[in-house]
Amino acid sequence: MSTTAASTKPVDPSVKVVTDATCTFCGCVCDDIDISVKDNHIIEAKRACVMGKAWFLNHHADDRPSCLIEGKPASVAEGVERAARILTEARYPIIYGLSDTTSEAQRVAVHIGDLIAGTVDTTTSVCHGPSGMAFQSAGEVTCTLGEIANRGDLIIFWGGNPAENHPRHFTKYSLMPKGMFLPNGRKDRTAVAIDVRNTKTAKAMDLFFQVKPRSDFECLWTLRALAKGIDLDPAVVKKDTGIELARWQDLMARMKACKFGVILFGMGLTMTRGKHLNSEALLSLARDMNAFTRFVVKPMRGHGNVTGADNVVTWSTGYPFGVNMSRGYPRFNPGEYTTSDTLARNEADAAMIIASDPMANFSQPARERLASIPYIALDPKDTPTTRAATVAFTTATYGINTAGTVYRMDDVPIFLRPAFESPHPSDFDVLTAIKHRVMELTNQQ
Amino acid sequence: MYDPLHGVDGQVRDIWIRDGRIVDAPSDPAVRPDKVLDAAGLVVMPGGVDMHCHIAGPKVNAARKMRPEEKRKAEHIMRTSKTRSGTMGSTPSTFATGYKYAGMGYTTAFDAATPPLAARHVHEELEDTPCIDKGFFVLMGNNHYIMRSIQRKEPERLKTFIAWLLGAAKGYAPKLVNPGGVEVWKQLPSGNVHGLDENVEHYDVTPRQIIEATARGANELKLPHPVHIHANNLGMPGNWATTLETMKTLGDTRGHLTHIQFHSYGGGVGDQDTFNSKVVELAEYVNTHPNLTIDVGQVLFGKTTSMTGDGPLGYYLSNIYHTKWFSADVEMEAGCGIAPIEYRDKSLVHSLQWAIGLEWYLLVKDPWRVAMSTDHPNGGSFLAYPQIIQLLMDRTFREEAIKQVHPAVRERSTLAELTREYTLYEICIITRSGPAKILGLANKGHLGPGADADITIYMPNDDKRVMFEMPRFVIKDGRVIVEQGEIREVTTGKLLHVAPGYDTSIETDIAEWFEKYYSVRFRNYPVSDDYLHDHEIIGCG
Ligand SMILES: [Zn+2]
Repeated sequence: MSTTAASTKPVDPSVKVVTDATCTFCGCVCDDIDISVKDNHIIEAKRACVMGKAWFLNHHADDRPSCLIEGKPASVAEGVERAARILTEARYPIIYGLSDTTSEAQRVAVHIGDLIAGTVDTTTSVCHGPSGMAFQSAGEVTCTLGEIANRGDLIIFWGGNPAENHPRHFTKYSLMPKGMFLPNGRKDRTAVAIDVRNTKTAKAMDLFFQVKPRSDFECLWTLRALAKGIDLDPAVVKKDTGIELARWQDLMARMKACKFGVILFGMGLTMTRGKHLNSEALLSLARDMNAFTRFVVKPMRGHGNVTGADNVVTWSTGYPFGVNMSRGYPRFNPGEYTTSDTLARNEADAAMIIASDPMANFSQPARERLASIPYIALDPKDTPTTRAATVAFTTATYGINTAGTVYRMDDVPIFLRPAFESPHPSDFDVLTAIKHRVMELTNQQ
Repeated sequence: MYDPLHGVDGQVRDIWIRDGRIVDAPSDPAVRPDKVLDAAGLVVMPGGVDMHCHIAGPKVNAARKMRPEEKRKAEHIMRTSKTRSGTMGSTPSTFATGYKYAGMGYTTAFDAATPPLAARHVHEELEDTPCIDKGFFVLMGNNHYIMRSIQRKEPERLKTFIAWLLGAAKGYAPKLVNPGGVEVWKQLPSGNVHGLDENVEHYDVTPRQIIEATARGANELKLPHPVHIHANNLGMPGNWATTLETMKTLGDTRGHLTHIQFHSYGGGVGDQDTFNSKVVELAEYVNTHPNLTIDVGQVLFGKTTSMTGDGPLGYYLSNIYHTKWFSADVEMEAGCGIAPIEYRDKSLVHSLQWAIGLEWYLLVKDPWRVAMSTDHPNGGSFLAYPQIIQLLMDRTFREEAIKQVHPAVRERSTLAELTREYTLYEICIITRSGPAKILGLANKGHLGPGADADITIYMPNDDKRVMFEMPRFVIKDGRVIVEQGEIREVTTGKLLHVAPGYDTSIETDIAEWFEKYYSVRFRNYPVSDDYLHDHEIIGCG
């Protein structure tokens, strides 16, 4: 085994090297990082991208206390007690976040949600929630990332900028790799970007479609029509999409002629006008294309383990996010049970926020509500959300300090090799302690 | 008590249990049990064993995600002081799945189609599937390393790889799904293979070679369940010829053909009007070849979800029924197709599928070689097993049911002529003792000393559906976990897996293969012991 531990023996005996470690910074979840650790500091992260390097090298265990109650240092046990009381005394408790922690911790969080008849929601509701809803109406034709690397000869990036948000996506999966059926790598692929902005991603492409802002829906339906051989009025197409019909026709010809087409899409599609209707049109386009060739589609997910959150919430409750259990069984309704809504409508009266920072990025009414109710925050870092929390736990960082499981954006589960131990407890440990106390307080097993 | 493995057919007996196992009665008559459960007048059987269902992993979870519409109006699984809440529909949530199996008297179930790349996901879900013991089969029929080993004529390497892969995934048995066909599906528009001797490009192998080589390798490893085959051409009119060829390809090596109902069709391709049953011909072959075992994959009328590792099949079904469609190709290993489906009793095809399933139960002479399954949720829910039992045990009921379905069933299948009625003893075989034996589970499916104390106790009833729907008691590892349909105690259950020995020098080559073609590192591929909850390694040989 040429590529594993033995070959990278450190010279400095105080340096520990963890090979094949996993970077949880983004949804690529690269599992080929060699981390060098000295005195509980990561001094090197071989093969990591710019973002990954920053994630590993800037990591330091906060010397904050592991627990703060109302801003004052407290023991973890005291924090657990207070947290359990907040959750069990509330009438409409919500649990939110979950995308930047292990699936083991996510499972405990969902269990707590069940015990307290609460509402469980994840950051999916503010990023790819619309894709999730489109998935429910259209389904999805997809594949794992290695399949793209081995077969994808036409790659279309739609409303996403992996060059900057998923830096190794190009080299590991989508653009550069020499795959089983693409021996010449980049040369065997045609790459296309469709976006309103001329991004770094667009510059790396063979073709770029700078479409009219907020016209993704029209663009997608133009392609769907062309796939079916329907005549379109060039003037209308140009006016609606900002692109000449002839260019769309050329793209469709390439899509039909390729062997394995791939559309990778980002939040530029799901969070613009049309939202889940855009996602649905895209999923349907990919499906339609299978009448001519093989074609797949894949959302590019941001957070390290947001895909795990979708999976865990789904297998536990039947639904992927926005799940309410107040009647004693799970119900699903995005817009009703999603966190920005339960907060903004002043319904939630207590919260537990795990590895997420709604105080920094939610709407004003939602933030005001959160600030006015008792809530618990778990985060390795000091954030606006932890600062305003009734109980704030400083937790160990997953992937750097804790083992566990992370689901890559293509649902492939990958396990973590921690680099060194944190002085703080893991999310899993804190949540498990809270769960046990909640069980005692509510007489449940 | 019914214990067919020991020839016990409804006799009155005592069962002694210690430390979760069935033991001999103490020789010293002074020894008194700590606890006595009086089952006088009741029917006692080993816990049910479902040898083929889809209950965990990426495919099942994708179906849960995709189908919220069937959950709201379905039964609500309420949280109780002991149990988790959940949802039903054709693919229940994990906790609900465990409770429902246990509530019906089933204590062991095997998920039938796991891509090994996703094995960790399956382990996580199975740990969240309470009350039952469980395991899973590992998809191998379109694995590139296997196809390359066949291409290079390296049977020894292939065998070693099977052992390595089962150990790496902590799985139970090799599973072939549309061998070769899924790879062609990945290569070509609407691609598939249509017979055993079609070529799979790039590796230049045929489905026949994949079946032959994998079956041989797995049998040489002496795996408890050597090979579990979902044959080519599932669901296609005229596919019985492919099924027969598949059986013949196995020669006299042990092999299991799964959901055989879906593979027993006569008629011309694309011509519904000629669709008919070929069970008589196929059952004749099974009856005369003791190396073969089957499970049925019974179809029941109603709405459900088709889910399979057979990628092209999902596409085919979603196109004919105009439904939403999920497909996920897994690099180097497997595919997946999901589509909603409704079986209608007014449909000629669906009625025949229903009849063909029943013919299989009634035409295989040796009940030890035919296991009950609906291929949950493909033919229907596992919760339909009591209904199937009633159809098998009660001829009058069956005749009434035939009157409700498409009349062509009378001409195009033999079902209406079959008078056989199953006895309780035979039902006990096809729902627990037989599947346990086919799976090579020495401690399941019987009530002799050494068996796991998984026991189901029923109230006798002329209405067999009622009898089997709600057992009076269900005992798991010696503890009463269900009384009259209510969960009394929640156990986690254990994972059943194999760990065949192999020559570890193969790992250098597999590692190179991974670094070249997989998107994960070789070292990060095998599932570590951390993922095992309670578990038991079932030995080979
Ligand atoms: Zn199946």
